[in-house]
Amino acid sequence: MQVAGIDLPSRLWIGTGGLSNLTTVADVVDAAGPGLVTVSVRRTCDTGSGGLLDTLQALGVRILPNTAGCLSARDAVLTAQLAREALETDWVKLEVIGDETSLMPDTVELLDAAETLVQQGFTVLPYTTPDPVLARRLADVGCAAVMPLGSPIGTGRGIDDPRAIEAVRAAVAVPVVLDAGIGTASDAALAMELGCDAVLAATAITRADRPAQMAAALRAAVDAGELARRAGRIPRLTTARASSPMAGRVGT
Amino acid sequence: MRINLNGHSRFVEEGATLQDLLPSARGVAAALNGAVVPAGSWESTRLSENDAVEVVTAHQGG
Repeated sequence: MQVAGIDLPSRLWIGTGGLSNLTTVADVVDAAGPGLVTVSVRRTCDTGSGGLLDTLQALGVRILPNTAGCLSARDAVLTAQLAREALETDWVKLEVIGDETSLMPDTVELLDAAETLVQQGFTVLPYTTPDPVLARRLADVGCAAVMPLGSPIGTGRGIDDPRAIEAVRAAVAVPVVLDAGIGTASDAALAMELGCDAVLAATAITRADRPAQMAAALRAAVDAGELARRAGRIPRLTTARASSPMAGRVGT
Repeated sequence: MRINLNGHSRFVEEGATLQDLLPSARGVAAALNGAVVPAGSWESTRLSENDAVEVVTAHQGG
């Protein structure tokens, strides 16, 4: 798949949130074969080389900094600018949350920050509510993709409203990346069947009992969902429809 | 003089620059009073009393 004209090697993207230690990273990345790996940007007193950054760069994966935890457009813009400087990428997964309880996007601040960052030359991938109108507004201001949530961050509930994800898909031409809420492989497959271009999973992997195994499962599920969508599923019917011919039955 | 580094008060010598706080630029970015300062300008950026400096790097999350 492509985002902003760049080929990404996989439709499974992974987050590093919830990682217990750096030694798990290599195993997870190896099992996931991710298109992108997201990292947050946080204060540091250690001005030596960063452990996580070194590890990811050694693994040769594309790094997508995020603005996780930002509560205002102003903080998100500064965080993106710092990330561009520290990580030498103008790509940013833009998160502006409304409060620390629901972790739901503050859509007003989000649109404002997205427009500002696009004007400053960033490739902006916004984390958003699954709202087709907002998704269109985000695409209209120049976002390179939209990342609707399946269910709130960290809940692992999967996709609460599949029709909303389909509506977002139908509303925009840019890639749609299901973000937040993935709990297990079937959630990722469903996202792809609904028409998403990619899936981002973090805690589904990092907090699984066996993270690398879940990463492998999500990788297979994303591929399966994409294949199934392209295959063209049969319609859902309200009544049964025989698959065997009625003619030629014994006793007729 | 006192400055604020990542939310904490810190004493630095008069005439100190951002470079004095940040020996290595690798994987690190800095903002002074809410504006990003590129690593190439750290040496020429002198600190003033009550300056607020943010220093960040990549961290697991999101």
